[in-house]
Amino acid sequence: MDYSSIIAKHIASIPRSGIRDFFELVQGRDDVISLGVGEPDFATPWHIREAAIYSLEKGQTSYTSNLGLLSLRKSIAKYVSRFFHVDYVAEKEVLVTVGVSEAIDLALRALLNPGDEVIYHEPCYVSYSPSIVMAYGKPVTVVTKKEDGFSLKPEAVAAAITPRTRLLMLNFPTNPTGACATREDLEGIAKLCIEHDLIVMTDEIYSELRYDGEEHLSIAALPGMRERTILLHGFSKAFAMTGFRLGYACAPQPIIEAMMKIHQYAMLCAPIMSQNAAIEALENGTPAMEKMRDSYHQRRDYVVKRLNEMGIECHTPGGAFYVFPDIRKFGLSSKEFAMRLLESESVAAVPGTAFGESGEGFLRCCYATGFDDLKIAMDKIERFIATL
Amino acid sequence: MSTDPLLELLRSKARHTHEELAELLALSEAEVRAKIAAWEKDGTILGYQAVVNGERAGEQDVQAFIEVKVTPERGGGFDRLAMRIARFDQVVSCYLASGGYDLMVVVEGRDLREVARFVSERLSTLDGVLSTATHFLLKTYKQNGFLFEGEGSVERLAVSP
Repeated sequence: MDYSSIIAKHIASIPRSGIRDFFELVQGRDDVISLGVGEPDFATPWHIREAAIYSLEKGQTSYTSNLGLLSLRKSIAKYVSRFFHVDYVAEKEVLVTVGVSEAIDLALRALLNPGDEVIYHEPCYVSYSPSIVMAYGKPVTVVTKKEDGFSLKPEAVAAAITPRTRLLMLNFPTNPTGACATREDLEGIAKLCIEHDLIVMTDEIYSELRYDGEEHLSIAALPGMRERTILLHGFSKAFAMTGFRLGYACAPQPIIEAMMKIHQYAMLCAPIMSQNAAIEALENGTPAMEKMRDSYHQRRDYVVKRLNEMGIECHTPGGAFYVFPDIRKFGLSSKEFAMRLLESESVAAVPGTAFGESGEGFLRCCYATGFDDLKIAMDKIERFIATL
Repeated sequence: MSTDPLLELLRSKARHTHEELAELLALSEAEVRAKIAAWEKDGTILGYQAVVNGERAGEQDVQAFIEVKVTPERGGGFDRLAMRIARFDQVVSCYLASGGYDLMVVVEGRDLREVARFVSERLSTLDGVLSTATHFLLKTYKQNGFLFEGEGSVERLAVSP
């Protein structure tokens, strides 16, 4: 049977994830120090895990409302109001999803007509462009530059807007660069969105992980933006809950209603034990989250210092748990550099190109790994570049 | 089996350098390093901490000793429930003891209310927990072998018979 002819064309057109390619090489080798993972090195704080266990013991194993448990949505609305300074009505403007990934898919499918253009900034998380394609949209890339600290400039967004543009996707702090947006840039971008009547989808998954005492600012909090913004957030990074697969979307009711239509038929609801754990995270998880954040902060400072000292230029990211060092001066492609580093020193870091073509010449190193291993990894990278 | 003298030394003062330990025990530094690494790996050595007089450090935290009576489980005895309690960040120590209660749980919190909340919302609500009795710590005299009040300097003769 010719399977190539039975796969839908728009799905067949999506390339394999660069991360997956690379990780097939790493898998099965136990001597590798990995700076390649995209998740916290902490287990979920025990009190959150315990809340999930407790809910199971009490027999809470049923479906929930399609939107999610009302008590969780109330906790979310309260948390979002306190943390992002934007108010949503728990009953109709909050949708609990299976991770932010599902929420992205729902929002794109709910809003795009075939051929609509979606602007997103690159280097970026691997799912954005494929998700747009799967929703029959057209991905339009805006490249962020190292000189700007990988922040998104309003001028660059303006240049990408066409009459077909419907949506702008933002992700600050950014995976893989750790970049954060300045208030000035966000205000410029907000102005453009209002002028051109664009909807903004902002992926806030790393927003708690801001360093140097900086307060996070979401575009949703800027004047005139609440009505045209879909705020997406989740529990994976801040509360180390990746495996719980839980996220949420906050937006004006008509948008939530449209997203819910897809969610109720495709997913029905998010798992109830994850929802119960999430309530505990929002109500009592901030001290544990702050402890983890401070630990990432120390490790960020260490890694940035070491890389720059050994002669690898690396900007200081304001958030997330990644650094995105510039390896262009060594004359190797990102992929070659990463492969040779893996072969000669058994250190795994992801080639920048896994996050878009504009990642060429860079490497993503995740510093959410034990301090002892980080130190060894840095020593090994230093030894490796001495051979180049 | 008697305790390894290296372990004894580390127990009394963890901040000895590898060099000092090697010298004291007539071992090579490499031997000391290897032994310690093996203990850290197999869980014989769990960690290193300073013993701090919290009152001196100006800390306001409160501690309580909580006697917990539990129902042992078929197959697992006290272990599963004890571990479930022990994993909470608020629990500093957790022991199984003989006598009038089963578990001695040492809990730390920012204030009285936080500890009380932990007991009423987390501990007492667990299936298998029959009762709790909370004793708040008022003053520490000795901890991990360290007296909290100095004994004053005793005049010792420089030379004595």
